[in-house]
Amino acid sequence: MEAVLFYVFAAMAVLGALAMVSLRNPLSGAFSLVLTMVALAALYAMLSAEFVFVLQVLVYAGAIMVLIIFTIMLLNLDEHELKETPVSVPRFVVMGAASAALAAVMIRALRTMNLPRAVTDETFGSIEGIGRMMLGKYLYAFEVISLVLLVAVVGVVLLARRRV
Amino acid sequence: MTPITPQHFLALSVVLFAIGAFGVLFRRNLIVILMSIELMLNAVNLSFVTFARQLGTMDGHVAAFFVMALAAAEAGIGLAILVMVFRNRATVQADDLTMMRD
Repeated sequence: MEAVLFYVFAAMAVLGALAMVSLRNPLSGAFSLVLTMVALAALYAMLSAEFVFVLQVLVYAGAIMVLIIFTIMLLNLDEHELKETPVSVPRFVVMGAASAALAAVMIRALRTMNLPRAVTDETFGSIEGIGRMMLGKYLYAFEVISLVLLVAVVGVVLLARRRV
Repeated sequence: MTPITPQHFLALSVVLFAIGAFGVLFRRNLIVILMSIELMLNAVNLSFVTFARQLGTMDGHVAAFFVMALAAAEAGIGLAILVMVFRNRATVQADDLTMMRD
């Protein structure tokens, strides 16, 4: 059962990613990316990471993708603007080979990797545990992240504002 | 069917990361390049969560949370720059943006 679910969601994630990279219209690409994000959320649930699962659906599949889709619709690109200069065949081959080599090297490392056996209890991945970590061990990082988000908000407003 | 091991999850993470890297290299549309970067960040998150489960500590979940927050900031800034570039140059193709080189 677990194996079937894993393969279904993994296939969804990979198909969505491939569609995103290959579709010409960024709007179709954005919707394929939503598929990938939702499949990844399901995989987080399988890994008993409840909190990350909720965040993935809310922040990634929700907020970030809505922002991207909203921007694409706002720009309303026509056929001419969507036209990309074609990549020459040798460059395509080099890029493909580089990405494939990257994947091959890491998968080769995975095959020989020896991971300890997972020991988890039912509180693993709970919001309480993560909350304690964020406001304890990672308090400074947590505060800095809020500063980063504040700076990002101010920066976005300054950048995207129409000049008066 | 063989049982699912952490290596399966990590292999999926590697594949998604490679697809994202290929998208960044191959595509010329700035929006798609941004989405490919989001895909790569997602792939890294998957390996964070897998290792967290395997090692029995929740540090990986916190790391995934920080990555998400940074991804949100990055998406916001990136899209704002994109809107500004489109307003000034009327293009979203990376090949047309050569004013720093010329």
